Amino acid sequence: MSPLRRRLLFGIPLALAVAGGGSFYTILRRMQEQKYDPHALPSPLIGKRPPTFSLPGAGGMQGFANTDIAAPSKPMLVNWFASWCVPCLQEAPMLAKLAASGLAIWGIAYEDDPQALAQFLAQNGNPYQRLAADADGTTAINWGVYGVPETYFIDKTGIVRWRYAGALTDDVVASALNPLLARYS
Amino acid sequence: MIPELGHFALACAVALAFAQGVVGIFGPSLRDARALYAAPVLALSHFAAIGFAFLALVWAGVVSDFTVENIADFSSSAVPLIYRISGVWGNHDGSILLWCLILSLCGTAVALFGGGLPASLRSRVLGVLGLVSGGFLLFTLTVSDPFARLWPPPLEGAGVNPILQDPGLAFHPPVLYTGYVGFSVAFAFAIAALIEGRIDAAWGRWVRPWALLSWCFLTAGIALGSWWSYYTLGWGGFWFWDPVENAALLPWLTGTALLHCAIVVEKREALKAWTVLLAIATFSLSLSGTFLVRSGILNSVHSFAAAPDQGLFILALLGLTIGGSLLLFAIRAPVLAATGIYAPISRESALVLNNIFLCAIAAVVFTGTLYPPFANLLFGIQLSVGAPFYNQTVLPLTAPIILAMGCGPLLAWKRADLLPALQRLWLAGAAALLVFLVLSATRHVIAALGLAGGAWVVIAALTDLAERVRLFRVPLGNSVARLATLPRGAVGAALGHIGFGVSVLGIAGMTLAVQKVVVLQPGQSTELGGYTWTLQDIHDAPGPNYSQRVADITVDGLTLHPSRRFFTAQHVITNDAAIHTNGFQDIYAVFADEPAGGGAELRLNRHPMAPEIWFGGLIMALGGFLSLSDRRLRVGAPSRKKPEGAVA
Repeated sequence: MSPLRRRLLFGIPLALAVAGGGSFYTILRRMQEQKYDPHALPSPLIGKRPPTFSLPGAGGMQGFANTDIAAPSKPMLVNWFASWCVPCLQEAPMLAKLAASGLAIWGIAYEDDPQALAQFLAQNGNPYQRLAADADGTTAINWGVYGVPETYFIDKTGIVRWRYAGALTDDVVASALNPLLARYS
Repeated sequence: MIPELGHFALACAVALAFAQGVVGIFGPSLRDARALYAAPVLALSHFAAIGFAFLALVWAGVVSDFTVENIADFSSSAVPLIYRISGVWGNHDGSILLWCLILSLCGTAVALFGGGLPASLRSRVLGVLGLVSGGFLLFTLTVSDPFARLWPPPLEGAGVNPILQDPGLAFHPPVLYTGYVGFSVAFAFAIAALIEGRIDAAWGRWVRPWALLSWCFLTAGIALGSWWSYYTLGWGGFWFWDPVENAALLPWLTGTALLHCAIVVEKREALKAWTVLLAIATFSLSLSGTFLVRSGILNSVHSFAAAPDQGLFILALLGLTIGGSLLLFAIRAPVLAATGIYAPISRESALVLNNIFLCAIAAVVFTGTLYPPFANLLFGIQLSVGAPFYNQTVLPLTAPIILAMGCGPLLAWKRADLLPALQRLWLAGAAALLVFLVLSATRHVIAALGLAGGAWVVIAALTDLAERVRLFRVPLGNSVARLATLPRGAVGAALGHIGFGVSVLGIAGMTLAVQKVVVLQPGQSTELGGYTWTLQDIHDAPGPNYSQRVADITVDGLTLHPSRRFFTAQHVITNDAAIHTNGFQDIYAVFADEPAGGGAELRLNRHPMAPEIWFGGLIMALGGFLSLSDRRLRVGAPSRKKPEGAVA
């Protein structure tokens, strides 16, 4: 290796550190000017349609693709969950209540084992109109899923309006979901 | 009065630290013995000053002096003594002071035990440590003063966050910080070597024990933190890919790489520039971890409320430390030439492979952790990176490490043959294959792969030891005698690998965990994981500064007492998980809630192999400490010429 190339090579770490430091400086300045809140957790999908995907059915139910929720005619929820996830269990009664009230909920089982999923649905009831399996988790990455459970509100034109990471509780439904339903119905 | 003395001691410490920095770095070029030997004395007095300041803050916590804002905000006279003490470092300002204390302790250690080092190198190492310490002390003194007074004082403090009222908190931060900060010594050695422009086998031998010591603490600190979150947070998980966990994992990864390639510098005088870069990178990542946690840039459960101006101050410190050291690296490192050459199949190559994969994992984790804020900055999008990303990227990169770490220790230096090494590993290979075949029949492919990998690593390391003591080839007594005379470094390395393998077994076993959330009335039972879980009774029990409701659960003859604790001062309820372990599996019960209809909502878990995760971490740390007691690494001990790597 020529001496010059060696010098350039050894300068790479410094260049990376300078770039990183500059970025952090910008981020901190924007935090000071209150233009950036790192603790907000909005989804990149808000105001957009979900990315292209097509998932097979699970638990003996029909799966779905992004085209199936492109124009649902009524607002609906897409709920990511898994049989191995404890908050999903806690959320199950709330989903059942919402489903009973007539709201369409489509489920996506995230990295789940079919047998465990069937058992989960048998124990906790099945609030889903359709249920797809994201067995390898790639669709979850494309959606920017933070963890399960996670719920997306899709309006009747197929646009994602709201994302909630965590189990749906009475508070969340009253303060966020119900106003959304009133607004987009 | 005592807090003022502490504050004054802190101011003295700043002056002493900068004096240590300037005298330490420039003293050796003055060709004056007084300047050459001043740094160790300054390091000791600098430590004494911080030690006094720290004790003053602990004193304020112990006597509950609520005129100190820090104590009023984060302590209370109602909590037990141990948490009044540990609460001192359970908050932002106090934790930085603890950080500085440990940094000065490192300098003291170099001053006291560095007698075998060339005086100029020791002076420069202490100088670098002094500058870093001075910067952070200045930060403490100016924008993050732990001794700030509050007047009029409140009658009672706000109390210690209930989740932190746990023996785990008392030990986790000091141990973890010792690990983080300990890498400052390796860093200082790297900078001093760049200043002097000379790196040789002796440098490798000097730097390795310091890196090893901090690695042991970092390993133990991460294991403690993971164990603490497992049993206090009651989620039943042990690792969440939280940015702060990643911030601890990153220096661990590069530090592990550093340990391995420092051996190559020591034995073969190769990979010098790379070793220096790893030393800089490891400490830089430790520093950045501290910074990222406190700046509020990253989303994390470890929230330290901090103002952005503190963030800017720390960023400036980081810029000087990291930027300065990398600039020095860019200027001086190109002249470091390797003298040792080696074949593609050799111990050196195995260690290079280890470095490549460890650094690849570190790069992936680094990217995943920083991608969200950077994506926001560059593209204006908000996103989050969670466990799915890490699981899909880190696991494939871990597999080759697991494979390679079985063979590596059996390869000879310079040039080796892979085939004989693999032949010696037939037992490990067969065992791993057997484990995989048996478990893959149960359709848990990931668990089967993980357990097979763990078995491979553990048995391969045992094979290495067995080879060295010629087990079954000479009489058993001779083997035992050989074991006793084996270099402790070799035994420690094998133990480190065994510990890693045991952790892999635990992590893989956790993928087979079963869990269930049920509401039971007293007297009712449920089935889970082959056990019958019966709720016997729910009753009240007293606590020191909380009241609690305890559920008595019997699980096939065992009795567990998970409780819900009501901390009256903060109006917080915590769930105290009850865990019964037999060493190979945890029975884990959380009393989650008392529903309106009566009874108890319980979260029941059976975690096969879970204890192995932390047990493995402990073995790794013990292996490190054992290796540290090797004669070769004891500073001042004359070296007995004995090639460590040679297979007898």
